[in-house]
Amino acid sequence: MMRKPASLAIGLALAVLGGCQREERETRPEPVLGESQQAVPVTALEPGGNRPQFSNPKAAQFEGNAYHISQGKTLFSAFNCNGCHSNGGGGMGPALMDEKWLYGNSIESIHASIRDGRPNGMPTFGRLIPDDQLWELAAYVKSMGGNVPSAAAPGRNDDMMARPAENRMPNAATQGRTP
Amino acid sequence: MKATGLHRAAALLPMIPLSGCTGIQSALDPKGPAASELAWLIWFFTGLCSLIWLAVMIVLIWGLSKRRGDRAEPLDIDEAGDRKATRVVTGAVAATVLMMIVLSLLSYFSNRTIAAIGGQNPVTIKLTGHQWWWEVRYESDQPRRTLTTANEIHIPAGEPVRVVLSSTDVIHSFWVPALHGKKDLIPGFDNELTLKADKPGVYRGQCAEFCGAQHAHMALMVVAEPREAFDGWYNAQLSNARQPETDEQRAGHDLFMNRPCIMCHKIQGTKAAANTGPDLTHLAGRQTIAAGTLHMSRGNLAAWIADPQSVKPGARMPTMNLSGDELNAVVAYLEHLK
Repeated sequence: MMRKPASLAIGLALAVLGGCQREERETRPEPVLGESQQAVPVTALEPGGNRPQFSNPKAAQFEGNAYHISQGKTLFSAFNCNGCHSNGGGGMGPALMDEKWLYGNSIESIHASIRDGRPNGMPTFGRLIPDDQLWELAAYVKSMGGNVPSAAAPGRNDDMMARPAENRMPNAATQGRTP
Repeated sequence: MKATGLHRAAALLPMIPLSGCTGIQSALDPKGPAASELAWLIWFFTGLCSLIWLAVMIVLIWGLSKRRGDRAEPLDIDEAGDRKATRVVTGAVAATVLMMIVLSLLSYFSNRTIAAIGGQNPVTIKLTGHQWWWEVRYESDQPRRTLTTANEIHIPAGEPVRVVLSSTDVIHSFWVPALHGKKDLIPGFDNELTLKADKPGVYRGQCAEFCGAQHAHMALMVVAEPREAFDGWYNAQLSNARQPETDEQRAGHDLFMNRPCIMCHKIQGTKAAANTGPDLTHLAGRQTIAAGTLHMSRGNLAAWIADPQSVKPGARMPTMNLSGDELNAVVAYLEHLK
């Protein structure tokens, strides 16, 4: 008589265990590409214009990945993006936590902005930051306006916060309202 | 024949852990006053607790083997026996309380002795924990004599050195077993301890608070040397990095300044001035790379730069897309930074 509930409980416990695997941490690019094998930067200088898009598999791989977004957050302050973008609130550079995206809010477009720079001040980082780290930064910048699932967005800082944590931000475009 | 061999092996088995009692990273092989105090405490606690355990075991065996005498009426109260049992239990409780008081007092006075180690105007080191390396900063009244290095602390032997501990990300713990006990590095809070090495030597330290994927690869070396040698080292460290001399080193220098290296590292005297990663001004003069993960050698340096994520997966150092020639050039330049 006791067999059935016991085996049910064990089966349930095993099923729950499957949920422990949240995501893999990919710490090194696979395969390691030389610079010559990476996509060639192409610029279309007008704001809002449709830029040639590369369907890069890394876009889907980095977007919504909690590890990569948190790495991007570390790099964002380590590389002093705050110097112009002030924790996403904007200053000398545009705000990153609002719903306005001069070049669109796709991760590919953000990646291209960091890699190749943009007119009126955004420098080129393509040679100074390895490609995976560019994608991490892009994924984090995208999360600043609440554009990623809150399960993947970084939680609050250990030190003083200049803004609400990324995982508590409502989507800037909808302000938390359902459209 | 076979049996005696087995017996001998069995007799040697308990000796194996004893080999951990010496070496550059052992609390049982103290090389400073604080560690000596702690080692004495460890031996005293272990000895006393072993004696107590032995006594308890003897009483237990005696109690198990003793047969209860036949009594005509088991429910009768045996007053004499009860009084005896009360006396024995009271005595045991009193002895336990006494032991705990004695051990607490010993530990309290040891802490006082360790806290009292100090001196006038000691060398002050600000040690900051990062995932997963140690930033070392020697403080000075004169800004030009302030020194930054990483993963290796040099101290004058026989002198107290004040170490101020803090962290930028998560809680780490500073532990050089041969010199001192553990002390945590906490973000937003400064802890302090005083290191003192009685004799010159190299002592290994290790992060002692789980701090992430590469916690095990977060070691540091403490090099205690005579005062003159320490002063010589200090003045050499204050100088700018050596200029590249060969063509290969010059190529490596140019690559360093135009590639991702410059985003995180500092080489004093060049335009590389970031402080996200370890200071590399005198990298080749250090004993290890990647916080005690690899010995300093040309091969290890090349392996680390070529593919840091297979040496220390998760470390902040990313994979760079350097060709073979570029890698050789960068290594030649870094190896030159003595």
